[in-house]
Amino acid sequence: MTTTPQAARRASPRKRRPATPAAPDPSAELLPQAEPVRLLDPDGTTLPPRADYPEPPVEALREMYRRMVVGRRFDAQATALTKQGRLAVYPSSRGQEACQVGGVLALRDDDWVFPTYRESMALTARGIDPVEVLTLLRGDWHCGYDPTEVRTAPQCTPLATQCVHAAGLAYGESYQGRDTVALVYIGDGATSEGDFHEGVNFAAVFKAPVVYFVQNNRYAISVPLSRQTAAPTLAYKGVGYGVPSEQVDGNDPVAVLAVLNRAVAHARAGKGPYLVEAHTYRMEPHTNADDQTRYRDPDEVEAWRDRDPIVRLESYLRARGVLDDAAVAEIAEQAEAYAARLRERMNSQPTVDPLSLFEHVYARPTPQLVEQREQVRAELAAAQEEDA
Amino acid sequence: MATMTMAKALNAALADAMLDDERVVVFGEDVGQLGGVFRITDGLQARFGDKRCFDTPLAEAGIVGFAVGLAMSGLRPVVEMQFDAFAYPAFEQIASHVAKLRNRTRGALSVPMVIRVPYAGGIGGVEHHCDSSEAYYAHTPGLKVVTPATVADAYSLLREAIDDPDPVVFMEPKKLYFGSAEAELPARTEPFGRAVVRRPGRDATLVAYGPAVPVALEAAEAAREEGWDLEVVDVRTIVPFDDATVTASVRRTGRCVVIQEAQGFAGVGAEIAARVQERCFHALHAPVLRVSGLDIPYPAPMLEHTHLPSVDRVLDAVARLQFDDQPDGRWLAEGSAA
Repeated sequence: MTTTPQAARRASPRKRRPATPAAPDPSAELLPQAEPVRLLDPDGTTLPPRADYPEPPVEALREMYRRMVVGRRFDAQATALTKQGRLAVYPSSRGQEACQVGGVLALRDDDWVFPTYRESMALTARGIDPVEVLTLLRGDWHCGYDPTEVRTAPQCTPLATQCVHAAGLAYGESYQGRDTVALVYIGDGATSEGDFHEGVNFAAVFKAPVVYFVQNNRYAISVPLSRQTAAPTLAYKGVGYGVPSEQVDGNDPVAVLAVLNRAVAHARAGKGPYLVEAHTYRMEPHTNADDQTRYRDPDEVEAWRDRDPIVRLESYLRARGVLDDAAVAEIAEQAEAYAARLRERMNSQPTVDPLSLFEHVYARPTPQLVEQREQVRAELAAAQEEDA
Repeated sequence: MATMTMAKALNAALADAMLDDERVVVFGEDVGQLGGVFRITDGLQARFGDKRCFDTPLAEAGIVGFAVGLAMSGLRPVVEMQFDAFAYPAFEQIASHVAKLRNRTRGALSVPMVIRVPYAGGIGGVEHHCDSSEAYYAHTPGLKVVTPATVADAYSLLREAIDDPDPVVFMEPKKLYFGSAEAELPARTEPFGRAVVRRPGRDATLVAYGPAVPVALEAAEAAREEGWDLEVVDVRTIVPFDDATVTASVRRTGRCVVIQEAQGFAGVGAEIAARVQERCFHALHAPVLRVSGLDIPYPAPMLEHTHLPSVDRVLDAVARLQFDDQPDGRWLAEGSAA
């Protein structure tokens, strides 16, 4: 009988390797959980508590509720202002209140926020003057607030470009001995941009304390998530960069805040960046100028009304006994007053000075800009004379 | 006075800036242990530590975007783009953020930084290593665009760029890196916004910048044999541009050739020629001419000498400046409007 060498090897007990325990999978600690973290059922009843995501203090949740209610009222007011021609355009974040407010509630005042243009609600929830927040969309300037004062970068329109700024800022802060955390708001579409990947990678390599907070609202204008990625979920994009990642039910305010609290604590402890994907839904069109009937079924939108984050948190807080009819009415009144003040302040045409165009191009204008400024000044004077 | 290369002067400028200002950090691809592919950052990591001079992931948009964030935190980033054409991925960061942040925030947020770009050809580089990309930056309001042609200027302009409150794209002519000259450091030459007459002359003005300056000077020397006394103006800072010095020179000489290594169409030289024509029309004895690279993608090494503005091409242009009062025939020929 002949034996092939392979068969001989198979038969040889000497060659059999002893069973060793499998090496730990290095991705295990980075990958998100298979299902989005959820602490409340859609009807607001609590799910079993989790050791990994302790529930935030009830006072924080009550404050979250207040800011979400005011935020939604602000959002509706901004949409109305657009219809009245007071804003050039408004991208609503209705339906995303848990994410909008959760992101800023997880931070300290001296942390930094890197928002996109859809974060008007988040920025007002952070306490920035709503008129200054809407400056970009009203069109009297590009950024209405002083970013250094409110520790918030200008609302970013070129998608995902702020992901690298946040990495640089957070690294620069820790380099100078400060424990600042930077939180980046981005959407599902922006995770396809190169700067998202470069930002997450830089933050990881330099251990920069950044939380990348992806609000997956399922549409990039009209393009559905299935055209953005073949990944199981967007939270899986962190593993390739060595960044721990989590996914959360973005319409569960308690879970959103719990997950973001953990992510921020991780970053602040010097362990590097963290990626959070929140599954949520944009209830309104991309902006007032968009026609969503061309790309999504009204039934789909309707179905998401049952997962309203404000209703969910309200039911929960009522059940906990920390919110009653009187408190709900009081907060609704605050929201009305906030919207009324905003309406009033936005009701006048802002004055814009054409000569301000030449300010802040450089620290000191170039001779060519001085020349152009004089030309515009002369044009304005001539026009005024003609009017007189 | 010591003899040194432009590369050494740039290296010294970085080192002195890091010594004087601890906010200055230098980073990019291969700038750490290796000292950069052109050795401009040689020894900086050893001397200042790997927090002040460090390598990054290989991603140019990331490098510039990271610098934006560092500048927001109060640091003074100096980044290296390894080669001209490799900086293109960073263009969105440069055009949409670096150039605009001061303006977008009405001066509340500025991002002073230096983006060093080794540029232009003449070194036998294979494709994507020899682009002249200055026009893209010069066309972007909010950026300063600077390019030295001498060893002393390399040091002085880089120091000034690092101290400047605005972002500066610092274009380093690769073919001049290893040319030597006498220089005493720390050199302080004319500030930003000032062009310099490198060689006085009476008959015509050659306006050049960066890698074209030595070509202009060589052409001026050769022109003596033809009996022309040519003035050479080195632009130095493309933005801010020094109209005054260029205008004064051309009004004096009455003739002008603008020389650039970059392809000509819609280039910096076109802008300079237009400005000269507007300001010097009544002093001009001939049309303002341009000598530039050809309007082609940068050629392969064995063909680059045909592309690059040569002394002969400059002299040909000078010969067409109507010294005999005869207009250039090609402007009068049938069909020349095409």
